[in-house]
Formats: sequence, structure tokens, C-alpha cells
Amino acid sequence: MSHANKPELIINGKRTDGRDFNELRQLKIEAGILKNAAGSAYLEWGNNKVLAAVYGPREVVPKHLTDSTKAIVKCRYSMAPFSSLSEHGRSGPNRRATEISKVIKEVFENVIILNDYPGSEIDIFIEILQGDGGTRTAGITAAAVALASAGIAIRDLVYAVSAAKIGENLVIDPHMLEDNYSDADMPVAVSPKNKEILLLQMDGGYTREELKKAFEMIFTAGEKITEVQKDSIRKLYESVSK
Amino acid sequence: MSSMDLIRSGYIKELLENGKRLEPRGINEFRQIAIKCNVLGNAEGSAQVDLGNTRVLAGVKMVVEEPHSDTPDEGNFIVSAELLPIASAEYETGPPSPSAIELARVVDRGIRAGNCIDLKNLSIDKEHVWSVYVDLYVLNYDGNLFDAGTLAVMSALATSKIPKFENEEIKHTESDEPLRVDNTITSTTFCKIGNKIVLDPNGAEEAAMSTRLTITTDGSCIRAMQKGLSGSLSIEDINNLVEISFSKYDELKKQIQSVLNR
Repeated sequence: MSHANKPELIINGKRTDGRDFNELRQLKIEAGILKNAAGSAYLEWGNNKVLAAVYGPREVVPKHLTDSTKAIVKCRYSMAPFSSLSEHGRSGPNRRATEISKVIKEVFENVIILNDYPGSEIDIFIEILQGDGGTRTAGITAAAVALASAGIAIRDLVYAVSAAKIGENLVIDPHMLEDNYSDADMPVAVSPKNKEILLLQMDGGYTREELKKAFEMIFTAGEKITEVQKDSIRKLYESVSK
Repeated sequence: MSSMDLIRSGYIKELLENGKRLEPRGINEFRQIAIKCNVLGNAEGSAQVDLGNTRVLAGVKMVVEEPHSDTPDEGNFIVSAELLPIASAEYETGPPSPSAIELARVVDRGIRAGNCIDLKNLSIDKEHVWSVYVDLYVLNYDGNLFDAGTLAVMSALATSKIPKFENEEIKHTESDEPLRVDNTITSTTFCKIGNKIVLDPNGAEEAAMSTRLTITTDGSCIRAMQKGLSGSLSIEDINNLVEISFSKYDELKKQIQSVLNR
């Protein structure tokens, strides 16, 4: 993508927020913060602030969607009207949110052991309170913790992060400005146990070599993200046992 | 999944174990493609694509609008998709389903990321820009709407003419200037059934698939990708499919160009 008023995104080998190319923004996750939900998580990732909540397993609504062999998963990704720097966002699902909700739902259909909950529904809600690039990947990373804290049977603790291209450089975890003016962007969700890809979207322009390098950067960053996720769940149970 | 789908899925998997498909074609072979352009007189451009038994129709309408405040010198381009109830017993009337929205956005993203339409080129003056609305109508469903859709939208755009705009009035009947298309993108959609991956799934194969991957290229770069459904893919799978996608570029581009030369 070509942009006429493209700002300088890399100055003296550093990014606009001082990060190295392979450096993640600061990531904090707190599990179990909403009392009514079966599981929940609050995540801050750079300037992103995200709430994820899981309800269920519970009765399927509407009833005719019930699958007697396994649970069905529903997902709602939503950006709050006050979440972006630009004007007041319209409430209700738009095309972007509908698509993102769909691909996130498909990630968790893979990870949840659906056959353990026949005839029921599991709801995943992701609310973006403040967005600064990478909200879908932040949402997935938070929702994985919310699911784990709900005690729902999952195969793996999935994480998600994006790799972008700025000029000739590949950078991990782009913030909003980088996202807006990047030459390519690829959000990916990974099952860390077997490094299988559960979500893959991409647009811009990657060569085949850049694609391979982008995946490597994502896997390396994923190790750190997984650690923060695990810590948040550990802390939840430590606080219970006190 | 219905019990009929389940039985057929088992059969499809069995066939694939022996490298065979329901139709006599290879694992990485497209069904027959037929493109017809300018099938509609009132649209600025149109194309109907048959991909096996899948039939889609793309229509382009251009209207003059005020530019958005954040892009004062750019026009607009938007692809929408309708899974019409005439196309399949499974489709219902009502607002666009998540699947229709995903289809529209994936086709849209490929064309946008491929810089096929220069939005600056759609600017008329300070108060006016062209908005290009492309509507993708699915007329008959038999799998792989993504590739059929991309072919139809690319072909419809390539044959579109910009209406005359004079004295605040659009004259749809008076148009001679073609819409400029700067780049050609093509898409390849794969599906994973069991542990086998095949190109251009038909409807029965899509009923059996666990994962779908659409890769859009312009011959030199990967322009867009979209994975769908709950299955997973390894990096080796993805890299392999990217190679196949590039190898199909010339064949698909030729299909679009042959229409233009007619």
C-alpha cells in the first residue's frame, strides 16, 4: 500500500515507541476479574485495554442450534464506541467486527474440547475498551486466559500476535500507527504445543521469504506471551488458596 | 453436518487417500472456469463466472459522493456479497450472514492490498469523488466462492466504464472512459479434509473440510491470506500452499485477460 503522508516509522533502527523490531509491547493480564462470568481476563498490551469473558457451558439459545454431540461456540468481538482516538464509533456489529468474531470463534472451536459439553453453548465475549493496533490478537490472547480460568476443557493455551512489514523491515506486534501505514500485516493465532496455525489473516505484500521470517518472529514472541498468560492463571489460583 | 454429509465425507476422505477426488481432477487442479463479461447493460461493469457448478455474478455501480474527511483526495471502493436463497437450499433470506461478510471482505482485501484500483484516481474535485460499489451475487453454490468471487470482481472491474459526470449529474448512459485497473490479483482456495489438502473445493468437499485457506497473489507478492474454520495448518502446509498459489497465477490471469481481449 502506498501512502503519501506516511510518517517516519523507523528512526535510527528503532520504532516510534523506542522498540526493537522483534520487541513486544508490555503485556499484562489479570485473570478472573468479572464475578458473574464463568471465566474472565483483563489485558493491557501496550495501549490496548481488553476485557474477555466466558459464559457457559449453558443451554443453547435458540434451541434449534443445539448439537447433541458437542458444544457450540459463540463469539462476539466488539470495539467500544470510545475505544479509538478518532470519532465516536457506531455501536453494534459492523462488517469488520462480524468477520473478526467469526475467525476468533473458529480458533476456539479448535481449542475447546467440544465433545466434553454435548448439547451446550459456550460464549466468548471480547470487549475492546481501548484500541491501539492488534486488538483481535489481544482479544484472542485474553480470551484464552478467560477460558482457562473458567475451567473449560481446552487442548492448549492459544496466543495471538501480528507481524508487520515496514519498508524492508519486519516488526512484531505493530501499534496503531505502524498498522495504518504498514506495507503488510499478518495477525496469527498459534497453538503453542504443536505450533499449528489457528488464525491466519494477512494483507499488504509479503514475499515468500518474508512470510517465513514473519512466522519465525511470531513463534519467538509467542514464548513470552505464553509465559504472561500462564502467570496470570497461576496468580488467580494463588489468590484463591490464600 | 447432516448424516448424508457425514457419509459423503467418509467417501471423499477414502478417495483422497488414493489421490482421487469426486470429479476426475488432480489435487491441485481447478474445475473448468468460464468468464462472461458485460452481461448487464445498466451496470458500469459486470462479469459472470462459472467455476464448475458454482456460478457468481459481479456488478459494478459507480456513484458520486463527497470525499471522507480523512481521505479528501481519494474515492471509495467497497465489495459486498450476497448468498442468495436461489443459490442453495442452505441459504436463507435476511441480512448478510457472517459467511457472506467474510467472502466480501476477503475479495475486497485482495484487490485493495494488490493496489488494483488507485483510490486517488477516483477523485473528481474537492467536493466529489467516485465510489465504486461492487456487488457479488452468488447464483449457484458448489464450493469455492472465494476464487470464483475474486475472478468475477476482477473481471467486472476490468471491463467497467466510468460514467460521465457533468453539472452535478451522472450520465450512466454516456461513458467511454474505462476504469483503470493497475494490477491483477488472483486467489487460490484450499481445503483440508482429514490430513489431505486440495485446491478449489466443490460443495461436497467443503462440507467435509476442517480448514480453508485462501491465498491471494499478484505473481510477485502474497497480497492477502485468510484461514477459515476450526481446523489447523502447519507452517510447512502454508509455505507449500503459497508455492502452489504462485504456480497458478499465470493460468488464472490468462482467464481474466482473455475476457478483456474479446
